Amino acid sequence: MRVTQGAFSFLPDLTDDQIAAQVNYCIANGWAVSLEFTDDPHPRNTYWEMWGHPMFDSNDPAAVIYELNECRKAYGHLYIRLSAFDSTHGWESVKLSFIVNRPKEEPGFMLERQESRGRTMRYQTRTYATGKPEGERYQT
Amino acid sequence: MAEPEPQDQPIEDSAEQTAPSETEIDLREAYDASGVGELLRELDEELIGLGPVKKRIRETAALLLVEQARKRLGLAHDTPTLHMSFTGNPGTGKTTVAMKMADLLHRLGYIRTSQLVTVTRDDLVGQYIGHTAPKTKEILKKAMGGVLFIDEAYYLYRPENERDYGQEAIEILLQVMENQRDDLVVILAGYTERMDRFFESNPGFRSRIAHHIDFPDYSNDELLAIAEKMLKQQNYQLSETGRTALADYVGRRRLQPHFANARSIRNALDRARLRQANRLFDSAKGPLGAEELSTLEASDIRASRVFDIATREEDEEPA
Repeated sequence: MRVTQGAFSFLPDLTDDQIAAQVNYCIANGWAVSLEFTDDPHPRNTYWEMWGHPMFDSNDPAAVIYELNECRKAYGHLYIRLSAFDSTHGWESVKLSFIVNRPKEEPGFMLERQESRGRTMRYQTRTYATGKPEGERYQT
Repeated sequence: MAEPEPQDQPIEDSAEQTAPSETEIDLREAYDASGVGELLRELDEELIGLGPVKKRIRETAALLLVEQARKRLGLAHDTPTLHMSFTGNPGTGKTTVAMKMADLLHRLGYIRTSQLVTVTRDDLVGQYIGHTAPKTKEILKKAMGGVLFIDEAYYLYRPENERDYGQEAIEILLQVMENQRDDLVVILAGYTERMDRFFESNPGFRSRIAHHIDFPDYSNDELLAIAEKMLKQQNYQLSETGRTALADYVGRRRLQPHFANARSIRNALDRARLRQANRLFDSAKGPLGAEELSTLEASDIRASRVFDIATREEDEEPA
C-alpha cells in the first residue's frame, strides 16, 4: 500500500528535476530545506531521523539534490522526506513537506479492532514493517 | 508547456534537449537578449587596462553563446568546463573580475545564480581529523549554483607537512569540480609564481582547469587613470599640480618593495585624504567651499614617505 503523507503523495513520485524545482521554490521563499528518513512511516510518527542539519546556507537546489543522493546511498531502502522550514517570526513551522524516496515494497498498515466496554469499537493502525526490529525493516 | 528560456529555467534543460524546435539561431539576437553586450561594455568602462583578461572574457562569452545556440538546435554539445585560475600580482583586479565573471556566466545561463562565494584556506580546511570533509562540503553546498572563488589557493597544499588536512580538501574539490560541472564553477586565484608551483604539485588541478588567465601589472598611466576613477567615485578631484605629483608618486612607488598595484594606489589616496583633512584644519581661516573640501593638492601627495626615500637616495648618490 502506497503511503500518502505530505504534499504530492497522490501523484506519481517526483523526479529529481521536479524535486529540484520544488526546492527552488522553497529557497526563493527563504525557507530552510532539510532531509529526514525513517523506517516507521506511521502517520503519527512525526519525529523522523534528520539527515544532517537543515540547509540554512544553501541557496541552490543542486546542494539539496547532492545531499539527497548521499542520503539515498545510505538509506535508499527507507522513506526519505524533504521539509522546508519557514523561520519567519510568527510562522516558525514547516511550510512544505513531501516524500522523496520510498521503499520498493510498502507492506502498508494493519487495522486492528478492539471491542471495548459496551459495543464500543477501538481502532488502531500498525505498520506491518514495524513487526520486525529496527534495522531489519524493508530489507529485501 | 511553452519553450522555456534556458537562462531562467536551467532545470528544464534536459527536457529541452530532446525537443529541438528551432532550425536557425540569430547569434546577434541571442547576444542582445542575454544582456552580455551590456556587461562587456560595463567591464570595458569600469576596468582600466587588463587587455588580455578582457579578451579572454569576451572569448568565453562567445563560446558559451555558441554552445547555447548549438543546444537549442539540438546539436551535440558538451557542457564546457569553465573552472578558471586567475594568476597575477597583488592588486591587479582578480577579485573584481571574478565578480564580473559570475555575473557574466549567470547571464549566459551557465550558472543559476550570480552569487560569488569567496573563501580561503581557513574556510575549507578543518583543524582536526574528520573536520575537513564536512567543512569543505558545507562550503561547496553554499556555493552551488554559482561561483566558488578560492583566494590564495596555494595555501591549500602544504608539502612541508605531510599530515596537513589541505590535501583532503583538495581531493573533495577535485571530485566536485569533475562530477558537478553543471552546478559549480570554481575559480582559483593567487600570485603567479606560487600558483605555478601549486599546479606543478597538483597535476589534477591543472588538467581540470581549462582557463588560465594571467593578470598583467598595470602601467603607470593605467594606475593614474585608476586613481582618478577612485577619486571621482568618492567625489574628490586632483588639482593640476596634484595630478603631476601623483604621476610622480606612481612611478616612484612602483620601485618600492611591497608594491600592490591598484591596492597601493588606493592606500596612497586614503593617506592623501588624511593629509588633506589635516591641512584644511591647520590652514583654513574662513568657511570652506565644496571645491576646497574635495581637492587634493600636490602637497598632500608630496608629503608621502616614498618621496623622502627617493630624495635621500639622490642625495647619497653623488657622495
